[in-house]
Amino acid sequence: MSAGRYGGVRVLIPTGFGLNCEAETAHAFRALGAEPDLVHWTDLFAHRHGRRLADYDVLVFVGGFSYGDHIAGGLVLATRIRARLLDDLRAFLDRGGYALGICNGFQTLLRLGLLPGPDAPPHDFEPRADLAPNDRLGYRDAWVTLRVEPDTRCAWLRGIDRLEVPSRHGEGRFVVADDAELERLERRGAVVLRYVGPDGEPTEAWPHNPNGSRRGVAGITDATGRILGLMPHPDAFLHPWHHPRALVSDAPEDEFSRTGLAVFRAGLEAAASR
Amino acid sequence: MSDVTRIEIAMRSGFSDSRGRAVARRIRTHLGIPVRDVRTRDVYHVEPALSPGEAERVAREFAGPVTRVGAVGRVEDPGPWDVAISVGYRPGVTDPVGKSARVAIEDLLGRSLGPGAAVYTSRVYLLAGVDLEQGRRIARELLANEIIERISVLDWDSFARGPVDLSVPRVAVTTVPEVETIDLERSDDDLVRLSRERLLALSLDELRTIRDFFRRAGDDPARRAAGLGPAPTDAELECLAQTWSEHCKHKIMNARIRYEEPGAAPETIDSLFRTYIRGTTEQLDARIRAREGASWLVSVFHDNAGVIAATDRHHLVYKVETHNSPSALDPYGGAITGIVGVNRDPFGTGLGSELLSNVWGYCFASPRTSTAIPRGLLHPRRIREGVHQGVIDGGNQSGIPYARGWEYFDPRFLGKPLVFCGTVGRMPVTVAGRPAERKRCRPGDRIVMVGGRIGKDGIHGATFSSAELTEESPVQAVQIGDPITQKMMFDFLLEARDRGLYSAITDNGAGGLSSSVGEMAQQPGGARMDLARAPLKYQGLAPWEILVSEAQERMTVAVPPDRLDEFLELARRREVEATDLGEFTDDGMFHVLHDGRTVCFLPLEFLHDGLPPMELTARWSPPGHRPMPVAPRPDPATFGQQAREFLARENLASNELIARQYDHEVKGLTIVRPFVGRAGDVPSDAAVMQIEHGRWEGYVLAEGVFPCYSDVDAWAMAEAGVDLAVRRVLAAGARFDRIAALDNYCWPDPLPGPDNPDAEHKLAQLVRASRGLARACLAYGVPLISGKDSMKNDAVIGGMRISIPPTLLVSAIALIEDVRRAVTLETRAAGDVLFVVGETRDELGGTEWARARGVDGGDVPRCTPEDWAARYRAVSGAIRDGLVRAAHAPGRGGLLPALFQMARAARLGIEADLDAVPVDGQPGWEALAFAESCGRFLLSCAPERCAELERRLDGVPHAVLGRFVEPQVLRLSLGGEPLLDAEVDGLAAGWERTLNDDAAGEDGR
Repeated sequence: MSAGRYGGVRVLIPTGFGLNCEAETAHAFRALGAEPDLVHWTDLFAHRHGRRLADYDVLVFVGGFSYGDHIAGGLVLATRIRARLLDDLRAFLDRGGYALGICNGFQTLLRLGLLPGPDAPPHDFEPRADLAPNDRLGYRDAWVTLRVEPDTRCAWLRGIDRLEVPSRHGEGRFVVADDAELERLERRGAVVLRYVGPDGEPTEAWPHNPNGSRRGVAGITDATGRILGLMPHPDAFLHPWHHPRALVSDAPEDEFSRTGLAVFRAGLEAAASR
Repeated sequence: MSDVTRIEIAMRSGFSDSRGRAVARRIRTHLGIPVRDVRTRDVYHVEPALSPGEAERVAREFAGPVTRVGAVGRVEDPGPWDVAISVGYRPGVTDPVGKSARVAIEDLLGRSLGPGAAVYTSRVYLLAGVDLEQGRRIARELLANEIIERISVLDWDSFARGPVDLSVPRVAVTTVPEVETIDLERSDDDLVRLSRERLLALSLDELRTIRDFFRRAGDDPARRAAGLGPAPTDAELECLAQTWSEHCKHKIMNARIRYEEPGAAPETIDSLFRTYIRGTTEQLDARIRAREGASWLVSVFHDNAGVIAATDRHHLVYKVETHNSPSALDPYGGAITGIVGVNRDPFGTGLGSELLSNVWGYCFASPRTSTAIPRGLLHPRRIREGVHQGVIDGGNQSGIPYARGWEYFDPRFLGKPLVFCGTVGRMPVTVAGRPAERKRCRPGDRIVMVGGRIGKDGIHGATFSSAELTEESPVQAVQIGDPITQKMMFDFLLEARDRGLYSAITDNGAGGLSSSVGEMAQQPGGARMDLARAPLKYQGLAPWEILVSEAQERMTVAVPPDRLDEFLELARRREVEATDLGEFTDDGMFHVLHDGRTVCFLPLEFLHDGLPPMELTARWSPPGHRPMPVAPRPDPATFGQQAREFLARENLASNELIARQYDHEVKGLTIVRPFVGRAGDVPSDAAVMQIEHGRWEGYVLAEGVFPCYSDVDAWAMAEAGVDLAVRRVLAAGARFDRIAALDNYCWPDPLPGPDNPDAEHKLAQLVRASRGLARACLAYGVPLISGKDSMKNDAVIGGMRISIPPTLLVSAIALIEDVRRAVTLETRAAGDVLFVVGETRDELGGTEWARARGVDGGDVPRCTPEDWAARYRAVSGAIRDGLVRAAHAPGRGGLLPALFQMARAARLGIEADLDAVPVDGQPGWEALAFAESCGRFLLSCAPERCAELERRLDGVPHAVLGRFVEPQVLRLSLGGEPLLDAEVDGLAAGWERTLNDDAAGEDGR
């Protein structure tokens, strides 16, 4: 681990309004040697925080229940960000910043129109897809296996081929207008993570795919590859002993060394080398 | 009416409506109505109305781009549907979605909707294949709870072509009622009537004490100067009723009890609480101090939750509560209030804690109950679904993982379900340079209320829970928790805590401001506040209602005057409401005003210590129990089928599917989850969680509860509860010398009354349970750090009393130095050797096997904890030194379910010889398989380490029972003959099906 390498990467983790994964997300960055700033959305809205969004390299939309998932997951928070912080967000993106949205954060990015986003930059903040209620209704907490689309240009997934992480949501079914539109997004390289079954192939079947997303879609990137949104939680797999099988392993450090930190590391690496 | 905008959001045709499908499934399975199709809509009524352009914008924004369509007025739908059901709230019921919708609309439109504006939400269900009558039944029995919700059932034409429904549940504004003075100089009968009519739940003795107090103090010059006459005001009487309620004062646990049992001289017990609970902890505290020089008990009994030392940086805080009566009336609202309510206990302990994990446990009647449900009660399936969904939403939306969850079923919980909810918190050792466990409320500190607004919801909650349920139980007693409002309040308060902006904090729970401010006032020695400053949800509340309202999501803090501006400014920034209500004083008075006029002027001394102790009699007459009629030993094939059916019983079956709807790993600190094993589908013995990121110290949680042992002896019930909780945390690898416990008593009414003939027996059960609890805790060195009692778990319906079995839940919290060394019940490999520790006895009374057979089982399992402590030390040492690969504490159902679970967890088989089981007496085949004898462990060990494990167990009754094998079969033999030879998959089939009913919990609201 290159503790010093990411020390200069400026990471912003906005908090509040019912978001609740800021502690583990912050720990993921700290474990890699970055020093994230945790700032309440209200201070960003009011420009009371000393820095603007564009001063940061990485912006993280953490998981949780912003406004209780009321109306639709991520909707109220996205509406507020759009009303109060759109110019700052645009400036952040124009400067080439990297953004990550996990679970509720993914829902928020979708509502903001940053994912899947237009086919080419710049971002137009036009929503184009929904994360609908799970096909099999209800929240579910269980580990899933994700396959990273080969040769993806998504910065957050560079060097990763497979992830085991917990999935914990009630609204995660990625839906676009029709299959033709989904295929178009696939060709564009927007679909970067898929739920896979025991055979390693993408699946629509519960429980390996917890929400019934077509073609197993679990994560989406924008046209630049700098923004990633995913439903499952790499922030909940911070060390080998978080893996449900670790306690019965003879060598958990080897067997479960591929933790969720890989995602954060890839993002920091990209941000550090820009 | 016309000044309202209606916006509807529906799934676009062509996109599946998973909520509608789930409702359709429940209509078919629960009500047997063959509905063809269901689709749903969300409705938002905005008052005052938006401009047409604004309304269109909101509809578009709420709908989103793809799957949903939004419309102002009505979404066009060609139908044909048969029935449209609308479900909205009644006036004054908390509508959290409406609150969020308002925030979104205001930001979207860039303008405030103005004072008095509101967004009201409701749902529409469109049904095909049902008639109006069926529609009404579906609405009443499945979709809505008329205590809190309004229903409209229309045929499709009237709904689609009639006028658009623009009605909103606005609370009618009324003038503020005058403060009443209540003359207590009246006959005893009239006093009793007064208590009943005003829902005071005060006894005649208590009312006389209050009357006598006002005879003495009514003419006090200070009182006259404050503007009050000789008789109490309604606010004073209500305040006393709340503070003196069973819920707040635990009068029964503190009563003087004369205890009689056959063949023994009567004894007098001066407070069960002081004698057996605090007394136990004090003895153990002294023992700890003698041994270690200092105690790890940081704060016990006097705060909202118990506090123990954990690491150099953090203490742990734990509390478990019940919310039974409200959950019986409104399962969803009652239960969500239960979980977000208990969150406030650790949060309001010391200077405040971050919340780490939740636990839940429920006692219900069977969801498959097919007998008629008495009027005034809900079907247990509906209660179960609503309670689960409430606690799921409450915990998940608060971002708190659940660590433990369990269910227990018995027909007697039809009258009152038990809903246990608990929360563990983490308190920094110091906050802003001060010990965090100590509040420092001083005269002059401001009384600041933070969080939600006050309404009529939850008025009389404390006195209500202190009364039995009847057909006329008040709807005001139901509150609905709003986890998001609370989460935002908690985030703000933690910031304020770390900046040292307040000196004390407590929860607004039972009794509302009267309790929170009344209790906090004890430290400085007085309080003076003006209720007219308190923010209200709507106008028209009488001062006494503001004083005792249990409207949720509120904390009271003491803010030093020089920090007040900073505190209020931070609250504004975080969009959290905070209001300065007055100040703490040192004049000894609880002085409450409304708009400058005194409405309550009571000496704190009388308020808190004026309550006369209760005098009660308990008579123990041991209920007879017949020995279990011996069943002939079945052949292995028959027994395989019996075992399958037994494991499929509700009290043994897996509830994994619904349990996974509760988040259990948010915060990223979870190590041993609620379900473990190769496929993650077997319940763990105990939860193991890290305390902090980046460090390996952890805590371990488990519980024990055996309601049906009370049928024979509540003493044994209590001991078995402690024993199982202790064995479970030890099995996971906890330190034996760092286990603490919480006691939660849920009892049928032990107070004598005309319709309660066996009250003295129930009180004797309470005495015996307390003795059993104390004995086991002393023997194992487990201090009791917090607890709660709920004493009115009866329903009197149509003259018939349904009482729960006396139930004591024991919840253990223990420490583990390194979570990476935790152990579960899953072993590693075929060939691993299976050990059993502890004797099996002919103890089938109260067990699941006796219940399955429908016969008396003889005596219940008994504990000899003094003898077992050394055994546990040996076992715990072996586990903690890594000699053991899997450990499991057999509990309900006995050895056979325990072996099944170990085999299932590892996806291996077990071959075991029951002849090897150490016995005490002569247990027959049934006892060997199913007795729930306490004091036992199952351990697995790698073959090469067995000799070492044997050495460690020297002097402890134990045996090699068998070994794990590759084929997934459970093979038991007895007397040299096969007893059971069954595929584990086959045994698991029913075990997985019974409670993992797909519909349960799916939008169980």
